[in-house]
Amino acid sequence: MTTVITVPPSLDDHSFEQVLEQVAPLPADAKILVDARHARWASPYGLTALLTLAQTRAERPAFAVPEHSETASYWGRAAFFHHAETLYELHGSYPKRRDLPDSNALLDITPITKSEDVHNVVGRVQERAQAIIKNELNLESKAIMGFAMTLSEVCQNIIEHAGRGGWVAVQSYRWTKRLGRRVVVIAVTDAGLGFRKSLESTPGHMPSARWDDATALEEAVIRGVSRFRERGRGQGLAGTRNYVSRWNGKLSVRSGTARISIVPPWDDDEPLAEGLPQFPGAQVQVIIPEAVVGGADR
Amino acid sequence: MHQMHHIDVSVVLRQTLACDLYSNLVTRPTGAAVRGQIELLLGESHERAYAVIDFSQVSMIDFSCADEVVAKLLMRYVADDSPQEAYFLFRGVHDDHRDAIESVLERHGLALAIEEADGVSLLGVLTDVERRAWDAAYRIGPAAADDVARAMGAGEDETQATLDALGRRRLVMHVDGQYVAVGSSRG
Repeated sequence: MTTVITVPPSLDDHSFEQVLEQVAPLPADAKILVDARHARWASPYGLTALLTLAQTRAERPAFAVPEHSETASYWGRAAFFHHAETLYELHGSYPKRRDLPDSNALLDITPITKSEDVHNVVGRVQERAQAIIKNELNLESKAIMGFAMTLSEVCQNIIEHAGRGGWVAVQSYRWTKRLGRRVVVIAVTDAGLGFRKSLESTPGHMPSARWDDATALEEAVIRGVSRFRERGRGQGLAGTRNYVSRWNGKLSVRSGTARISIVPPWDDDEPLAEGLPQFPGAQVQVIIPEAVVGGADR
Repeated sequence: MHQMHHIDVSVVLRQTLACDLYSNLVTRPTGAAVRGQIELLLGESHERAYAVIDFSQVSMIDFSCADEVVAKLLMRYVADDSPQEAYFLFRGVHDDHRDAIESVLERHGLALAIEEADGVSLLGVLTDVERRAWDAAYRIGPAAADDVARAMGAGEDETQATLDALGRRRLVMHVDGQYVAVGSSRG
């Protein structure tokens, strides 16, 4: 029997939870059909998380592509179908990448499996990010290099901790629904170990009385704890957190059944969400908004 | 006597990656490999080594790479079991590198000498006395501890202890009975 998993019309980090609510109760080898026929929009997080979802399944899942041609075209340009072809049985017609114009994304969906991939990603994004951060987000030039550093660090998390490859995508768009301003968004997702298991692999790890995914995220994201004992470890996420705070951005890290967020004044997300549907690995999203010229940034 | 090395980090990076396309110091494995190359170059001399670590052609450095290239390099040579006596002057460190480098120095309680257009200064974690002693030694050039003490208006014993501590941190060299600040034109 195949279970149909419905993808909401607008797919972002929050609405992706609706997908997980449907998938989490199923055994890994259950046959699923991810039905995205009625999807109209997806954030970089939504697209990379869909690829990650397929990697969590023991049985190759089926995927019904968006029926709306603009949506299918956008997903195609972002390289979603290009990668989804290797993970899903795709149903429905979708544009082939070679037939599509270049994407206007800062970075199409790109696999991250080794250190060289991070060099590649940073090199590709650097030049285009410069124009977007300065001209479209109205941020100081100092924000440009920090953006590349942040991208590098969140991608490295996959290589250092996931134990398997993951995905990254970077996109800039006007976030009308939530903010009414332009944003640049980094999404990095993997289906690997996740933060709790990664920290548990530390030699001599002694779990606290309350040890769960939420505690592990607090340790790693807030206190900069790493599975590696060396003193210099854990600086990547700390640097990312500082960068996000400095430019009034938002950082969310989901792992297992919890999500921790550094929430800026313009957003009303909860800092720590617990009891979410189980999803392996780690899913990171960084949002940097356009600066409000001469006004309170809310 | 010391052997002088000029190490262009971007060249070491390209050799390490065997690729001309990248000028970014990113990822731990890359940082570890670059540091390994620098250590090999330093190891070629058996005497005291003085290395200018040149970041001029490096576009960016992330925290992980800064930890490997800068922090671990310094830690190795300030350790009691350091493989040799080596001193470092960092050149071409621009604003875009500073966040990562300062962050790792702070994390490990390290300091380094950095050369800029208007001279050399120290970056990182230092006490006020250490900073003043180094500034005085840099200003007056090679000098005995009592000369440095006079220049900074402090006691000789205290100054000597501070200069010796700076020597262990590889920020001051002790040459022929005189203290020489790293980066001093006479150093």
